[in-house]
Amino acid sequence: MPALNIVEAVRLALREEMRRDDSVLVMGEDVGKNGGVFRTTEGLFDEFGEERVFDTPLSENGIMGTAVGLAVNGFRPVAEIQFMGFIYYTLNHLICHAARLRNRTRGNLSVPLVLRAPYGAGIRAPEHHSESTEALFAQIPGIKVVVPSSPADAKGLLKSAVRDPDPVVFLEPKKIYRAVKEEVPDIEYLIPLGKAKVVKEGKDLTIICWGAMVKVAEEVALKAQEEKVDVEIIDLRTLYPMDREAVINSVEKTGRALVVHEAPKAGGLGAEIAATINEKALLRLKAPVLRVTGQDITVPMPKTEDYYIPDAERVLRSIRKIMSF
Amino acid sequence: MIIGKYDPLKGERFQVLDETGAVVNEELEPQLTEEKLVGFYRQMLISRTADTKAFAMQREGRMGTYPPLKGHEAVQVGSAMAMEAEDWLFPHYRDLGALLIRGVPIHFVYLYWIGNEAGSRFPDGARVFPFTVPVGSQIPIGVGHALGAKLRKEKQAALISFGDGATSEGDFHDGMNFAGVFNAPAVFLCQNNKWAISVPRERQTAAKTIAQKAVAYGFPGMQVDGNDVLAVFSAVKEALDKARAGGGPTLIEADTYRMSDHTTADDASRYRPEEEVKAWEKKDPIVRFRNYLRAKGIWKEELEKNLQEEADKIVEEAVHQAENFPLPELEDIFRYTYKEMPPHLEEELAELKAAVEKRKAD
Ligand SMILES: Cc1ncc(C[n+]2csc(CCOP(=O)(O)OP(=O)(O)O)c2C)c(N)n1
Ligand SMILES: [Mg+2]
Repeated sequence: MPALNIVEAVRLALREEMRRDDSVLVMGEDVGKNGGVFRTTEGLFDEFGEERVFDTPLSENGIMGTAVGLAVNGFRPVAEIQFMGFIYYTLNHLICHAARLRNRTRGNLSVPLVLRAPYGAGIRAPEHHSESTEALFAQIPGIKVVVPSSPADAKGLLKSAVRDPDPVVFLEPKKIYRAVKEEVPDIEYLIPLGKAKVVKEGKDLTIICWGAMVKVAEEVALKAQEEKVDVEIIDLRTLYPMDREAVINSVEKTGRALVVHEAPKAGGLGAEIAATINEKALLRLKAPVLRVTGQDITVPMPKTEDYYIPDAERVLRSIRKIMSF
Repeated sequence: MIIGKYDPLKGERFQVLDETGAVVNEELEPQLTEEKLVGFYRQMLISRTADTKAFAMQREGRMGTYPPLKGHEAVQVGSAMAMEAEDWLFPHYRDLGALLIRGVPIHFVYLYWIGNEAGSRFPDGARVFPFTVPVGSQIPIGVGHALGAKLRKEKQAALISFGDGATSEGDFHDGMNFAGVFNAPAVFLCQNNKWAISVPRERQTAAKTIAQKAVAYGFPGMQVDGNDVLAVFSAVKEALDKARAGGGPTLIEADTYRMSDHTTADDASRYRPEEEVKAWEKKDPIVRFRNYLRAKGIWKEELEKNLQEEADKIVEEAVHQAENFPLPELEDIFRYTYKEMPPHLEEELAELKAAVEKRKAD
């Protein structure tokens, strides 16, 4: 088992899927010879050639529209959007066609594609390169929204996304793209979509999080231990459709829940999770469900972005608040 | 060779028949069998009959909002008849006439506008993409599909049809641009009917023609008389053949006119002059082609009577099929969201079902 970072794990997943299935294509801006601006597609052009790994004109709308057409024609395109800040150009084709073609043709046509994009703040990137607007996507029936939080998960989830019969938006936490290396199974390794993972078991409080926030939660769990709070961490892995069962099972055990996400608070997935807990486990709650999130403001530029991203201190304060309720 | 012969920058336009149906371009008059020529006429009659019926049904409360095709018969029939079995059609939502030629019977189109998703569940083997209501969005999808055919080295082209208004959308630019760059086997057919609801063609672009836009994308564009079924057929056929042979995309701007309202919910008299409509009635594509057939000794009263009777029968049957089509079940609105129904949808479906059953019981 090689030790890989997330970038390398993404690349490995793509390579394995392309070797396995001729219909898998990689398309996007600079994904060919250059191997992608984050190098996630490095080497694929050399191995698979320009018919399977190709640079497109610089248009996300064009990428998404043609990817839908390729998918309808029997391919499995994996389209890369360079940054989540530029993904909005794809929305019309994602919402109006990719997401609903199966339904509107009563199962006759389907759109098995993956739309990959790095998301999130914390890498001192220019304006429009740091958003995490996953909640916008978690309300589109017909698509799946997947976020890995580790190299092994990146491989296992991306391979499943490529094989999924429905469109998948695959958001990669770029802050931790190269943060850690871990052993990634070099065998056929698939993590099912729609299932959350208990990253750490605990009995006092459940933190529900995903992507780069899982690392923050792990850091906090150690600190909370010193304060005699035993934290359970759930990594949702798939944000939509969400594994409600995993969330409820955990909260039924701990009786306390805290959602941590980088996206803005208003209308964020924290609200969805809190409401789900209310609907299904209200009487098991010992305290209100709290949220630690990005602020309801434009993501700040590098000089001030650290104010924005939830950190251990903010998460700890909310844990204390819940525990003292 | 038709493509390349008519320079859109000079405002040249390809025509075989003039407005009276007289041949003005003997050299390029397609040499077709009598059977084929009657076939064109027959399809145009069926299209208009189906269209008139849909409009009437809407007025009777039997049809939802419907976009009439009257005036578009030649462009729809001529283009669809030019396709080969392996080609794919990415239609404009007004394209009833093209769909039925491509293996989608009229009752599907009726079902769609009545408001039943089953109307987009085309028969197996029909190489037709469902209507796209977001204007112009079928354009890059069709290009992607065509690119797929090219990657697989299949001899197959995509015919992508849309209106003049659609050429203002980014999707038109993206589709044309990607097709040019990838040399995709795609044929772009703009049914320029002069109006996008109430907005005239001049408000869509300052360019003299839509066809000339192809020049900027690096492939040929041409104007054809869209009310001349022979011109449309010949131009589209040549473009599709070229695409299938690896010769890349073509843009064809069909000069036509929407003789009716935008949809049954529209009243075109609010925004366009009566004289304009009257002038275009004189260019009716069906009358023109009838004159041509008559001059050739093919058209007779008897033929007209037989074809119209047949068209009426086909349309009556389509109405019957659409109106007697089984109603969708409650499950159907959930079942096709994903290949496999996720737990939250199972839950929502069960709750809704219980409520609906209770409602029915009360
Ligand atoms: C993206 C989008 N914007 C607006 C509309 C509303 N709309 C429906 S048809 C239409 C006009 C389309 O005109 P054109 O492309 O010329 O086609 P035509 O209807 O004339 O055949 C408009 C504005 C829509 N369906 N989609
Ligand atoms: Mg129009």
